[in-house]
Amino acid sequence: MSLFILVWNYLKARPLNTAINIFLLSLGIAVITILLLVNSQLIKKISENARGIDLVVGAKGSPLQLILCNIFHIDFPTGNIRLADAEKISRNRLVKKAIPLALGDSYQSYRIIGTTKDYADLYKAELEQGDWWTYNLEVTIGANVQEMTTLKPGDQFVSSHGLTIEGHAHNEHQYIVKSVLKKSNTVLDNLILTNVESIWEMHEDGGEADESHIKEQPVDSAYIPSRLVPSVAADDSIKEITSLLIQYRSPLGAVQLPRFVNSQSSLQAASPAFETARLFSILGIGAEILMGFAYVLIAISALSIFIALYNSLKERRYDMAIMRSMGASRSKLFITILLEGGILTFLGSLIGLIVGHGVLILMSATLVEMEKAGITGFVFFWQEWIILGGSLLLGLLCALLPAIQAYRTDISKVLAGN
Amino acid sequence: MIAVSKLSYSYTGDTRMQFPDFSVQKGEHFLLLGESGSGKTTLLHLMGGLLRNKTGSVVVDNTDLTGLSEAALDRFRGQRIGFIFQKNHLISALSVEKNLMMSPYLAGLPVNTKRIEEVLSSLGLSAKTKSKVTELSQGQAQRVAIARAVLNKPLILFADEPTSALDDKNCDRVIHMLMDAASDSHSTLIVATHDQRLKSKIHNQIQLA
Repeated sequence: MSLFILVWNYLKARPLNTAINIFLLSLGIAVITILLLVNSQLIKKISENARGIDLVVGAKGSPLQLILCNIFHIDFPTGNIRLADAEKISRNRLVKKAIPLALGDSYQSYRIIGTTKDYADLYKAELEQGDWWTYNLEVTIGANVQEMTTLKPGDQFVSSHGLTIEGHAHNEHQYIVKSVLKKSNTVLDNLILTNVESIWEMHEDGGEADESHIKEQPVDSAYIPSRLVPSVAADDSIKEITSLLIQYRSPLGAVQLPRFVNSQSSLQAASPAFETARLFSILGIGAEILMGFAYVLIAISALSIFIALYNSLKERRYDMAIMRSMGASRSKLFITILLEGGILTFLGSLIGLIVGHGVLILMSATLVEMEKAGITGFVFFWQEWIILGGSLLLGLLCALLPAIQAYRTDISKVLAGN
Repeated sequence: MIAVSKLSYSYTGDTRMQFPDFSVQKGEHFLLLGESGSGKTTLLHLMGGLLRNKTGSVVVDNTDLTGLSEAALDRFRGQRIGFIFQKNHLISALSVEKNLMMSPYLAGLPVNTKRIEEVLSSLGLSAKTKSKVTELSQGQAQRVAIARAVLNKPLILFADEPTSALDDKNCDRVIHMLMDAASDSHSTLIVATHDQRLKSKIHNQIQLA
């Protein structure tokens, strides 16, 4: 016999009441858990993906779109910028490193990015198999791409125009897979990397004629190779890229470069840090509403637990008096009621945590978007201990008043009063 | 075993109840007689440590209850005294067996399942050990209450109006059951009642005015 057995039997004796109290609380806790897990993983993900990129330069449009497109690869490009303009920016003394990105094609909805090896280095990418791309139309694919498309080194594929599955196929050229990246839990997992020239080659009309145009360039007497794409001239007036990722040489860059870029009529600069903070403040409203809803649920469950305990005091007046007559001290009754509140909220929050993780596990198993974003239910954050401890505290708080009432029970009066 | 002297008690705003001096020896059976409102229950609660006296003294088993701390009084009550009330007051959330287990557990004594079996079988309740309390008949429930009261072999067994709601046949049965159970565990038995039928069963009597 123990107080725990006694309390457990009391809870079992009123199964509906107990179930609704636990259910209400676990619902609130589950919502909070899901928000916590998604939020924490998103923030971690975003900071990992934006690591090392101080500024994104692209065509004018929405700065947030520029960031979403060029860092997280989830939105569409704002347009193209001329390589010559990008070249000018990259030669600024405040720029430490400038990485060109050329977007436009995809394969089975995985984006093909024309860039340089620097882009892969930004995420410290390592090869799982094969060698880095060297010639045009050779690609290195991300780990998720490999998993979903089952492409392997040596395979060829036809890309489709645009960033969605519906785009028309570029039948005239085929990409060849050179290598596969190790999983890095960054955006690289979902990308197909190649050089910028490959993207251009795909989009040149009438193929042959333009190719000769590229080869013509080196014979030009005033030829200075581009820093970004060495195979073309720095002052090439035709070639375009989608954006330029920039690393500052010094903090002064943050002050001067954006202004410098935005003063060029066709360019805009967007800071990943600033734009993601803005994005979070926008998303935050939705999260806050959900969070508020969860708190309301928890408050209702707390009230419900309080009412249940308070009402049960009336029913158990005799039980408590008889227990006192059998030698139970006042504090034992006090602890009994606290224990009841504590067990209810502990079970409620434990079930809530399990449900929260379960929902995320289910969602990441069924929704490709969740999987792509790298959100899983199999992670634990230290804040979950706070949820558990907090709700335990809440239970004790709800039980405090009924427990004090139990402590004060006048046994003689109750027993004589029948 | 019990010695009451110069004892009086008054509820707030009520007239003072004055109790006669008396003493009870170990193993004796006593009847506490009096009309409703004469203070039988109050006296029983004073002697059982459920109520604290402000004047006079109650000495039980060489211990003056007046001088005990709250916690010591709880322990004293649990280990040496058994109560039986007019209503059974079993804990309905627990099984018969668990109801009995509460008695030693709350008194801070080891739970002895053999003793539980023994007491239950002596009261003809062996088959009901695992039953829910709510499934018992009135008579069975009363026997469980008696079993619970004598389980710890208390020095004193206090019964408050155990028979007043019963017909003659059941009254007879219950009082004998109580007396037998008290004798079995060598307990002193004090029955507070206004039930005149018991006068012929227990001859030691204290009359309250």
